[in-house]
Amino acid sequence: MALMTIAEALRQAIREEMRRDPRVFCIGEDIGIPGGWGGAFTVTLSLADEFGHERILDTPISELGFTGIAVGAAIGGLRPIVDVQYGDFLFLAMDQLVNEAAKMTYMSGGTVKVPLVMRAPVGATRRGAQHAQSLEAFFTHVPGLKVIAPSTAYDAKGLLKSAIRDDSPVIVFEHKLLYGSKGPRKEHGALDATGEVPDEEYLIPLGKGVIRREGRDVTIVGKLLTVYRALEAAERLAQEGIEAEVIDPRTLVPLDKELILESVRKTGRLVIVEEDNLTGGWAGDIAAIVAEEAFYWLDAPIKRVSAPDTPPPFAPVMEDFYVPSAERVVQAVKSLFQ
Amino acid sequence: MTQAQAPLLDMYRTMLTIRRFEEWCNYLFMQGRIPSTLHLYIGQEAVAVGVCAHLRRDDYVVSTHRPHGHAIAKGVSLRSIMAELHAKATGCCKGKGGSMHVGDMSVGMLPAIAIVGANIPVAAGLALAAKRLGTDRVAVAFFGDGAANEGAFHEGLNMAAIWDLPVVYVCENNFYGASTHVSKVFKIANIADRAAAYGMPGVVVDGMDVEAVYQAAGEAIARARRGEGPTLIECKTYRFVGHSRSDPRTYRSREEEAEWQARDPIPNTAQRLIALGLADEAALAHIEREVEAAIDDAVAFAESSPLPEPTDALKHVFYEA
Repeated sequence: MALMTIAEALRQAIREEMRRDPRVFCIGEDIGIPGGWGGAFTVTLSLADEFGHERILDTPISELGFTGIAVGAAIGGLRPIVDVQYGDFLFLAMDQLVNEAAKMTYMSGGTVKVPLVMRAPVGATRRGAQHAQSLEAFFTHVPGLKVIAPSTAYDAKGLLKSAIRDDSPVIVFEHKLLYGSKGPRKEHGALDATGEVPDEEYLIPLGKGVIRREGRDVTIVGKLLTVYRALEAAERLAQEGIEAEVIDPRTLVPLDKELILESVRKTGRLVIVEEDNLTGGWAGDIAAIVAEEAFYWLDAPIKRVSAPDTPPPFAPVMEDFYVPSAERVVQAVKSLFQ
Repeated sequence: MTQAQAPLLDMYRTMLTIRRFEEWCNYLFMQGRIPSTLHLYIGQEAVAVGVCAHLRRDDYVVSTHRPHGHAIAKGVSLRSIMAELHAKATGCCKGKGGSMHVGDMSVGMLPAIAIVGANIPVAAGLALAAKRLGTDRVAVAFFGDGAANEGAFHEGLNMAAIWDLPVVYVCENNFYGASTHVSKVFKIANIADRAAAYGMPGVVVDGMDVEAVYQAAGEAIARARRGEGPTLIECKTYRFVGHSRSDPRTYRSREEEAEWQARDPIPNTAQRLIALGLADEAALAHIEREVEAAIDDAVAFAESSPLPEPTDALKHVFYEA
């Protein structure tokens, strides 16, 4: 066992997979520059020392172009791990992700594979509107893309290793406040997601969620940062006699639907917490699934706790209002017991 | 390289196959026997054929929304293309692709990418893989004049150049992006001039002359295979037909079309074969009959093939070994 931050766990996953499989390589901006940061959040720091600059491939600032190159490289027999410094930059690469990576297997009648991993940091972190968005719903909407969202160091390593070995494109959303990046890349307001990571090899299969806290009265589903908001809310609710069950799906596509439905059948109440905007968000999808498949087990309306339908604001007081807080989760849960 | 060394007779046969195949497609489409839209390659055959004549089966071609000619020239079977156009389960994409996505990776033809310019970085990626895996494969991206104004062109050519990737970029300048003439969207006369901006050779070729295309492509492909990096080849060409199925071509004159049709590579190559003593009228007539027979066979195969099951739509969203 070793204690690791999420950034360290991701780095270890990449290192192990690059040692195991010479086809695996990293491609992106500022990921291997000597004297650089190892990507925007230190995940690839020092990997070029071991693997060289052909396998830790620094690119021009050309997100569409290097994502397309990764698509071609994946089809041609390599296994690229693509790094965009901020998830917001995925919009520059949307055509390659949505039209090429996601559809090539389908358009080819199942004969062509695109084993590509796209790593994308998300979350509002005092940077204003264009380095802050939560993008998960844009990609869970696209058939042909798998989407993972690890919230612990253990999950980050095990899920990323599975993603690298997967033969379909996988998008990895990483929350900037959970990385545990150190030195000058340390984030204001970061949570300590440091956790124990086994020394021996392990994989976490895509599509398996976990119960972070058991409870009988209400189910709270969160992802990335909002898992921690949900856990904090659950502690406070427990002091008032409400036992919340907190579920972290970990993988958004494919979704461990049964885990959520089973919990709701037990608790009869559901609150979904996410940092994305309310309208068209992932939370609405979870609500729809439960309404369709577990309606008769519900004792109260389903509640979504999301960011409002605004861009992420800059001023810290506004940003703190924008990102769902534990207090908002507590209030949402309590409203279901009135 | 002397012109006599070019495999002119084989190239003639392939150009004729593409032409007759697409004439049949158009006929079948007009009769309502194949669905979809069609972007025909008629007039541009010398480009696909002159380039692909140099490619090995394991080299890559990445095409566009107008891919039939590239697919045939790269060796995708006529049966599987025709079946795909008929939306049959035996099509090269099992009915999941259609006209704009024909391809078959077993002969190095990626299912075509119908987003203008998007194939440019993808071809660079295939070239990167070929290089990193220690092969001497090359990748060729065909695209139109319109693609040269996409951001993907700029980003893809730049990275292909900085990493000396074994990729050849073949711009088929047919003078119209759908209905828009190149003079409205380019300040420069030659798209190949842009190559200098990326630090790669740029070559302008008469795209109606299959021997000229063959020669230019041969040099670029050999250069790529030697590990010396990419080339941008601009082939000046012309599509004799509309952009797609419903295009009455009212944005250009019949006189302009007649000038280009006088340069039709197929009869011109036939005359050249006779002049060079490589074929006589009887031999050309024999090739014509063989081509017709191969297309008849493809149509019969397609028409007698089963449709996919409606629920096959649910398969192949993710790759399964």
